[in-house]
Amino acid sequence: MNENEIFGLLGPNGAGKTTLIHILATLLKPTQGGAIVNGFDVLRDATKVRESIGVVFQAPSSDDILTGYENLKVHSLLYGIPGKIREKRISEVLELVGLEDRKNDQVKKYSGGMRRRLEIARGLLHHPKVFFLDEPTLGLDPQSRETMWRYIKKIVKEEKVTIILTTHYMEEADMLCDRIGFISSGKIIALDSPSKLKQELGGDIVKITFNDGIPSIRDFTHFHFVHKVEQNGNSVIIYMDEVNSNMHRLIKDLEGIQTIEYKKPTLNDVFLKLSGDSLSGDSPEGGFMQRYAQYKKT
Amino acid sequence: MLSTKKHNSKIVLGQLYALWLREIKVFLRERSRLIASTFTPLLWLFVIGSGLGSTNLQIGTDYEKFIFPGIICMSVIFTSVFFGSYIIWDRKFDFLKSVMVAPASRTTVFIGKTFGGMTTSLFQVTIILAIGIALGINYDALTLLQIISIVLILSFCLTSLGLTFGSYIESLEGFQLIVSFVVFPLFFLSGALFPIDNLPAWLKFITLLDPATYSVDALRNSILHLGTYSFELDVVILLMFTFIITLIGIFSFKRMKAV
Repeated sequence: MNENEIFGLLGPNGAGKTTLIHILATLLKPTQGGAIVNGFDVLRDATKVRESIGVVFQAPSSDDILTGYENLKVHSLLYGIPGKIREKRISEVLELVGLEDRKNDQVKKYSGGMRRRLEIARGLLHHPKVFFLDEPTLGLDPQSRETMWRYIKKIVKEEKVTIILTTHYMEEADMLCDRIGFISSGKIIALDSPSKLKQELGGDIVKITFNDGIPSIRDFTHFHFVHKVEQNGNSVIIYMDEVNSNMHRLIKDLEGIQTIEYKKPTLNDVFLKLSGDSLSGDSPEGGFMQRYAQYKKT
Repeated sequence: MLSTKKHNSKIVLGQLYALWLREIKVFLRERSRLIASTFTPLLWLFVIGSGLGSTNLQIGTDYEKFIFPGIICMSVIFTSVFFGSYIIWDRKFDFLKSVMVAPASRTTVFIGKTFGGMTTSLFQVTIILAIGIALGINYDALTLLQIISIVLILSFCLTSLGLTFGSYIESLEGFQLIVSFVVFPLFFLSGALFPIDNLPAWLKFITLLDPATYSVDALRNSILHLGTYSFELDVVILLMFTFIITLIGIFSFKRMKAV
């Protein structure tokens, strides 16, 4: 793990993302092996590990009968933040997540997004080095989710923490994460930056449909930027690099083109492919995207 | 080295204060809990007290006065043991996880919780003591001091007991069920409602295994000067029970799964 990066943990339900976070947060003991967080062993130096991490759990874990401020106060005491800087730090984190004007309301009056932000504030109180976010935007509406993303980006910049987040929203991972690890059945099966992962799928996808049959005048595979060509009835599906600059060469002089569809691969496709690889037994379907998801398998 | 030690103990005190503060705020804001837990002992005091009191018992004082120390203990028994059940709540909605990832030891968390239990017990006992004045019971400073000490020790003991159960039982329903099997015997066998001097041998033996027996006796000594054993003996035995149960409680708490 690098410093000050946002690392995304993705994987199908039950893959072991939350378990991994629980182990790293010293809540669970690993059945075998060990882990080092911020240079401390989770088994031998649990207290040191706890001092260096902040965690936001999947389920809400703040006291809804207490006010936002009281929640933060309780936790700053639990973390042994000295009285002199306590109040200042509480206002700092409240401001960081934009809750200072609601700090004296009971948490049960907060919306889902505000609660999540309060927990982020709580997790940051003690200046952790590593910050775990277990599905921070689960159940939030699109607007709250975008607000949350803004705050997460701000936190990395202002608090200098390494963030490890799990999510099921691929756009979220794509947008926020510097690197992504895919977990399946407890194993990391892919680890790279979102753009690299997408590239590995074989580049951009272009589907050209012709009016009457695919003309035989061109062998698409001759282009150096084309990786793979599939034919399907009246259409060809071409996996290629740099659609924007290469398209004109691809379709030059071609006649009878009915439609051209162009798709940039998304992390969703990466996810489907990777989890498809591990979930064997799914038979390939005829649809474009499903076939695409299966493409590397064959 | 010494300075870090001092520093550490300051942190632990802060942690205890944090846990205590949280319990007290929750308790004071949940009015229904406050009212219900004060109302039940009063019901016993007045309905059972007047009801059985009308039958002319040979106990050396009014029956209502006789059971008054027992009702104080009853309030402590119910409040404290059920206080342990809130650990199950905490686990259900992940508050406990957020405490467990903080650098506070489980022993600290345990003790912080028992402090919360002690304070809520004391709060309720204060209300009952005020009503006692209406029954014609007078307390001098020493009596009050004795009552408060006994209430605090018993409550520490029984909150530990509740937390012990709470750390093994996963569902709130299960807790209620099992704890009823504990709370009612603790109360009935404590001699809160009857003198234990002339009980049949088997029953007397069981009452001796109940920590609440000694607190009822101690309070009866202190308030009514009617005890079976001496106040000092009661306190010593009660402290022994408390010590053992707390050790078991901390052990169970440490073993408890956080997730």
